[in-house]
This record gives sequence, structure tokens and C-alpha cells, in this order.
Amino acid sequence: MLRVSNLSLTKDKAILRDLSFEVAPGQMLTVLGPSGTGKSSLLRCLNRLDTPDSGEVFLGGTEVKSLDILDVRRRIGMVFQTPALIPDTVQANVGLGPSLRHETVSNSEIGELLIQVGLNLTFMTRQVETLSVGEQQRVAFAQVLANKPDVLLLDEPTSALDPTAALTIENLIKDIHSRLHTATVLVTHDIPQAIRFNTETLVMVDGAVLARGNIQDLVNDTSNATLQKFFTGQGPEQIKKQNNSLSP
Amino acid sequence: MSIESLLIAYGLIAIALFISWHNKLTLEKEVVYGSLRATVQLVIMGFLLEMILTIDNYFYLALILLAMTAIASTISGKRGKKIPHSTGIAFTGILIGSVITFAVMAAAGVIGPEAKYIIPLGGMIIGNSMNVSSLSMNRLIGELGHQRKRIETLLALGANAQQASEWAVRQSVRSALIPVIDTMKVIGLVHLPGVMTGFIIAGGSPLVAVKYQLAIVFMIAGTASLTCMIVTLLAARRCFSSELQLLDTFRPSTA
Repeated sequence: MLRVSNLSLTKDKAILRDLSFEVAPGQMLTVLGPSGTGKSSLLRCLNRLDTPDSGEVFLGGTEVKSLDILDVRRRIGMVFQTPALIPDTVQANVGLGPSLRHETVSNSEIGELLIQVGLNLTFMTRQVETLSVGEQQRVAFAQVLANKPDVLLLDEPTSALDPTAALTIENLIKDIHSRLHTATVLVTHDIPQAIRFNTETLVMVDGAVLARGNIQDLVNDTSNATLQKFFTGQGPEQIKKQNNSLSP
Repeated sequence: MSIESLLIAYGLIAIALFISWHNKLTLEKEVVYGSLRATVQLVIMGFLLEMILTIDNYFYLALILLAMTAIASTISGKRGKKIPHSTGIAFTGILIGSVITFAVMAAAGVIGPEAKYIIPLGGMIIGNSMNVSSLSMNRLIGELGHQRKRIETLLALGANAQQASEWAVRQSVRSALIPVIDTMKVIGLVHLPGVMTGFIIAGGSPLVAVKYQLAIVFMIAGTASLTCMIVTLLAARRCFSSELQLLDTFRPSTA
């Protein structure tokens, strides 16, 4: 569904270095790496909010540069770290993507989307300023889903939330993915979270791919010293949490 | 007013100097420089106006107004340095805003067909237009930075530049027009505006002064609205790349 080939991006310094990977239809790929390693920049290049210096991104076999940029952005939906909704009702926000293309979304469709993201219909007419950050993030999910994307990019979607709300959103992501089977790229710096998602994982350090594989295999891979340093370099508490997450 | 009276009035600058020195504001140099510069500029302007106000060739008068517009655009453009082609945008906004206002005022008979009306009122229109242009670009730069996340969320959903910047444009226009609107609200209550004061001092009837002042207020409001809209809309388009990305100058680097 999504193929990235030799992607590089340099601003003041090298941010992405020759990244290549694929996401199959229906697959969820977790991109794990420390803060400042270029994960968000990678998603921005996929959604074309940034233009890479070199490399190619293929969507369903077609290079995205040859596609209409507005269509690429509709097909590659992106949920950001912090929700930035328009100052209007939940209904207006959820229907925003289609309305930008002068398409209308029926109330029943908006209602279905709200239910999909765990909000009930009473939220429809509420102003977004009255919602908690967790609820706003759910609206942001519904907003992106209303565009019916082929690929979903999730840029640390729980990092602005408290632990309880973060877990709820994590479950929401799993639920949405299991129901819609949309190819998804989830970015996180949180190793326990990556372990909880338990998906194919790309470990990124300094803008380059360090390793790729199932997260549990990667955590247990003692042959790769750099990888082990990455997993153990976050302090004993983190390792303890990882072990707890891994235990059945 | 005699030269002696003017010199005594100039003595007020000494108070400003004393306040600056006493409070260690280190503004003494700037106060002296500013007051001397104002004096020299106004004296030169006085001599120039003596000459200009005798011109009865409309082509030359138009050239003078165009030169004033160019100077105003250069100054305003510097306020919007982060916006590509800010001087050109300011020039377009000031020119269109001023020409339309000037045309309406001329058609209404407020501006007579003589240099003594065209130059001072034209200068007033262009000057106000410049202020609003600067304020509009300044506010837009602030709003684009402030609303960066929302703008990028909209872009990521498939918005074009106009749709993505809609809220930033709206807020910028509102902020830039606040001083003009507030001035209209308090005019005559808090301050007597310049034209009216000058007219009354020169011995004119206060009621006639009010008539002129009202025309000036409407003129300023008209110019401000037109310039503000033109400058903000043109500037907002320039803040996005050809690939519909908000320019790097409006967002911090991301990792």
C-alpha cells in the first residue's frame, strides 16, 4: 500500500537518512525511536507537509509526486500529537475534510464516525473547546476517518494525554485498525507502548533505520548490541515496565 | 505663532530628556535625534509643500502620490519581512486601497481638484493605508505562527492555502482593524482629531470642522478596510509553498 524508497531530508542537519520500508495493505507498522530522531518528519514527508530532498514515496504503486497533492493528503490521513481543531462544533470538525472538497457528510455518517471513535451522539453539537484533550483527540481521529484514507499516519497520538487517556486512545487505535484494516504507521518514542501494540516495528535512530521486525523479537534480539543499547538505554524503570508489558 | 514660542515649546523635549536620564532609560540620544529629525523633515516638507501646492499638472501630482506610495510600501514591507514579496504586497494594497478611496472622495467632492487638497489628503490616505498594511502583515505573521498546528491539520486533511489560512486571515484582519474601529468609537469623546483641531485653531467653524473630520474618518476607515483585506489575502497566499506547505519561517524545525 505504502512504499518508501531511500527517503532523505536535511534541514539545518540531516533529519532522515536513506529510509526505505513498506507497509502492506491492512498492516500496522510502529516506528519507534527516541525524541528528535526524525519520526515526525518522516510522517510529514509521507503526507507531503515536508518535501524530502531525495527518495520516493509510492502510494498503491504510484509515486505520490505524480498525484494531486490534495488527493494525496486525503488518501494519507494524519493524526497529530496534539489535536488542533477548528473553533466550531464536533459535527463541523468531523465533516471538515469532505467539506473542504465541497462534499457533504450526512448526520448519520458523522454519528457513525463518532461511535467508531468512542463518542456518543450527544457530542455532535458540542463546541470543541468544551471537550477534554482526550475527547478532542477522538474527534481528530473521526475527522481523519471521514476522509476515508487508504493510509493512516499517527504521530505520537497519545503523547499529549495523561496515562489513562493515553491507554484509552491506544485501545481505540487497536479497535479502529481491527475493524477498518487501514494500513497504519504509528510513531512513538514510548517503548512500553510499542510493546503493547505488538506489531511489526521499525526502530529509528538519528534519522536512519536501526532494525525492523516484530517488537518482541527485537527486544529479545541480543545479537544486535546497538539495538539492545537503545532498549536498555532508558533506565531500569523502563526495562521493568517493558518486562511487565511482555509478560502474559 | 512666533519662532520664540516654538523654541519654548521645543523646551518640552528637555522634560523628556530629564525623565529618560532620571529613570536611566538611556533614551536621551534617541529623543534628541528624533526631535531634530522631525524638525528637519518638517522644515524641508514645508518648503517642498510651498512648491508642490502650486503644481496644477495632474500628471506630476499623480507622480508625487505614487512616490509617496512607494516610500510607504518600502517601510510597510519591512514590517512583513517574513512574508515573501512583502514590499510588493504592501504596494498593491496601499495603491488599490488609496486609489479607490481617493476616487470616491473626489467623486463626492470632498477632495477638490487642486494640489492643496490632493497632496495633504492623499498623504493622509496613503499614510493610514501604510499603517494598516504594516499592522496587517505583522498580525498575519503572528497568527500563522500561533495557528500553525491548526493550519497544518487543515493542510493534512486536504485544504488548499486559502482554506488552511482562513482562520488566521480572519483573526489578522480583525486585529488590524481594531485601532481604526476604536478610534471611530471615541472620536470627539476622548480626543479631537488633528484636522478638526487645526481647522478650529485656524478660525474655522466647529460645525464645518466636524463635517470635514467626519469625511476624513470615513476615508480612513474605507482605506483601512480595503488595504487590510488586500494585503492580508495577498500575503496569506505567499506564506505557502507551491507544494501547499506552510513556509518554514512560520514553524519551528521539527524532528
